[in-house]
Amino acid sequence: MTESYLGIVILGVIGVANAAFLLGISHLLGTDRPTPAKAAPYESGITPLGDTRSRFSVKFYIVAMLFIVFDIETIFFLPWAVAYRELGLFGFVEMLVFLLILAAGLAYAWRKGALEWD
Amino acid sequence: MGPVTGAAFGWITAAKAVLFFTLLMVVVGMLVLMERKLAGFIQDRSGPNRVGPWGLLQTLADGLKFALKEETLPDRANKTFFLLAPCMALVPATILFAVIPFAAPLPTQWGLVEVIVADAPVGLLYVLAIASLGVYGIVMAGWSSNSKYPFLGGLRGSAQMISYEVGLAMSLVPILLVAGDVRIPNIVAMQQTFEAGPDTVGLWLALPLLVSFFFFTVAGLAESNRIPFDLPEAEEELTAGYHTEYSAMKFGMFFLGEYAHMLTTAALITVFFLGGWDIPFWAGDNIRVLSDGTVIGEPAAWKTLLTFGAFTLKTLLVVAVFMWIRWTLPRFRYDQLMDLGWKFFIPALMAYIMLIAGTILGLESAGLQPGLVYGAVLFAVNLAAAGLLFFVLDRGRIIGGGAYRSTREGRQKRMWREARERAMAAAAGGSGGSGTAPEGG
Repeated sequence: MTESYLGIVILGVIGVANAAFLLGISHLLGTDRPTPAKAAPYESGITPLGDTRSRFSVKFYIVAMLFIVFDIETIFFLPWAVAYRELGLFGFVEMLVFLLILAAGLAYAWRKGALEWD
Repeated sequence: MGPVTGAAFGWITAAKAVLFFTLLMVVVGMLVLMERKLAGFIQDRSGPNRVGPWGLLQTLADGLKFALKEETLPDRANKTFFLLAPCMALVPATILFAVIPFAAPLPTQWGLVEVIVADAPVGLLYVLAIASLGVYGIVMAGWSSNSKYPFLGGLRGSAQMISYEVGLAMSLVPILLVAGDVRIPNIVAMQQTFEAGPDTVGLWLALPLLVSFFFFTVAGLAESNRIPFDLPEAEEELTAGYHTEYSAMKFGMFFLGEYAHMLTTAALITVFFLGGWDIPFWAGDNIRVLSDGTVIGEPAAWKTLLTFGAFTLKTLLVVAVFMWIRWTLPRFRYDQLMDLGWKFFIPALMAYIMLIAGTILGLESAGLQPGLVYGAVLFAVNLAAAGLLFFVLDRGRIIGGGAYRSTREGRQKRMWREARERAMAAAAGGSGGSGTAPEGG
């Protein structure tokens, strides 16, 4: 069984080597004439104003938090789905209860405006 | 003839990995040309046609140019992550295809060789795990550039990708419900047309799981950041989004990664929903290797070639549809994108999973084993679900292109049109029904 993972390992090595090769060939063959203006961050041609690491919308944090909840939910889905035919009615009811609780959570987040982007 | 064992297994696996990686890189190069040619066709121009016959060497010339150009390194960038980001965008996209079977098993002197780099028992889970790594390239590029456009692009991109990742994973759950297995060759074998073997549906899963097919395609499009989901690099707003500060080959790596991702997504759609390498209406390709090594069917070299052709054709067709979408549709607005992901995909998929689970429970309790009838019942249920979803619940808001109608401009135009129609109707009624129908509309 474990030997079937050999291909993934070999492919991973090839993939990383390919990325390293591409980085290297560009570094070796490319011209290199840096100037301070070239090295400045791009801001439509003007001198950069202020700091990039400024405050941004809290919505992105909320999406990240919701993602964790729902991604874990999908992790619970997968083993349930594979074993579903053996579980029968018990599996169906069990997942229905689990999903209803999650749906309540989603409805709460929705009502609280966590999914609004205006 | 049994599967390959011993030292030959290692060598053959290595040869397959090298062969298919090379093939992927060549095809990705050709896809870039294909996209430009197709764009040319759609926009009524010729596309690249100067380098080589029909522009066939265009990608090679582009690659050479990428290698020879100057690499810029913004002085405020975080160097480690700035270098790592293009690798993180390229590597997952190029190793994702490891678990995808490309053709029917090939008989050789060492035994039966499966045309798949790694026939891992975790197949589908590997796909989900590696596909979710793609977001790191965007986050790292956006953050490490320390420049405003990439930062905004990175933020947008990460929020978009994690939102649609949930939909992507959930749309695969119905497949597991029907297949009861995560090993991808088994999922392909299950779809062999009209095979009455055990645990087969006998139909490509795009039919019995129509709604899943739709969701997976849309989520896959969103995950590969292509129009209409290309907000992380919306060029009118963000210059080039998360890869604004990248040049030369480092930009080329993002570019290659995007096309490799698109190709792999198309291959996954083929494998999960379009029967993989199955040739429809032909029983000769019903060959499967069970996990204990038993072989069903009669493998032959010409069958391997033929099925590989079928797989390539299906994948390229899906890719062509992706390109067609790119040159046809406008981009989503960010709130529309997030609404589609969270308010439509997730609740709809939750309900859909329970619908499929309930249908399977009903079929099992009716004593029906997986087979053609089983598939047909699922198809009927899916048709009903698709009708309900796209026409009744949607009411032309999301799927029907209703986004425009809900904008201020759209509302205004509709009001004008209705006022005009009322005036016309009144005029027609006042003149004693001269018979002129209202114009336009």
